[in-house]
Amino acid sequence: MPLERFTEGDVVRVREDYPIGHFRTPVYIRGKTGVVTRSFGAFGNPETLAFNLPGEKKHVYEVRFRQSDIWPDYKGNARDSVHIDLQDNWLEQP
Amino acid sequence: MRGPNDVGGLEDGPVDPSTHELAFWEKQIDGLRGVIGAKRIVISHENRRTIEQLGHDVYERLSYYERWTASLQRQMVDKGILTQDEIDARVALVRARLAATGELELSPEEEAKCR
Repeated sequence: MPLERFTEGDVVRVREDYPIGHFRTPVYIRGKTGVVTRSFGAFGNPETLAFNLPGEKKHVYEVRFRQSDIWPDYKGNARDSVHIDLQDNWLEQP
Repeated sequence: MRGPNDVGGLEDGPVDPSTHELAFWEKQIDGLRGVIGAKRIVISHENRRTIEQLGHDVYERLSYYERWTASLQRQMVDKGILTQDEIDARVALVRARLAATGELELSPEEEAKCR
């Protein structure tokens, strides 16, 4: 079982990385900073499963981002947020 | 590198939320993919990767289940289960059969997709 590196309330930054392969981390959220709101546990890693290889399980977290932190010209409520499920290897301590 | 599937934040038109009947072949490809997945011949994650790797041009021209079909064909060839020649021969056979019964009626757009 891999280590659960983050817990609810932790501030995390999404890796700003653009590798070639199969990744479930949307481009618009890479490099952005948010707060962990939930830990879902460890799941099979789609980055290796996409090649039908087993690989190591990865923890998946729900992370909350402020819309105004993502879109520079965001005109909605300053409290608006988006929650995205992200796996451990895409998160780092800011 | 942004895949054709990763459209978050890009300009686009309104989403059409209307539902539509599935064509028979769409149900067939759904069933076929289910069986191939359950037998672990091609798992759904692989299917998703191959769909993303169709490239922007093909991805945007094909409908949802057309992408599934193109992906499955690609996987069958990659894994050595079918050859492109075998697929081409069978497609020619099916097209000839449907043309004979008048069932093969492709719009110019559909014709373009076949090329």
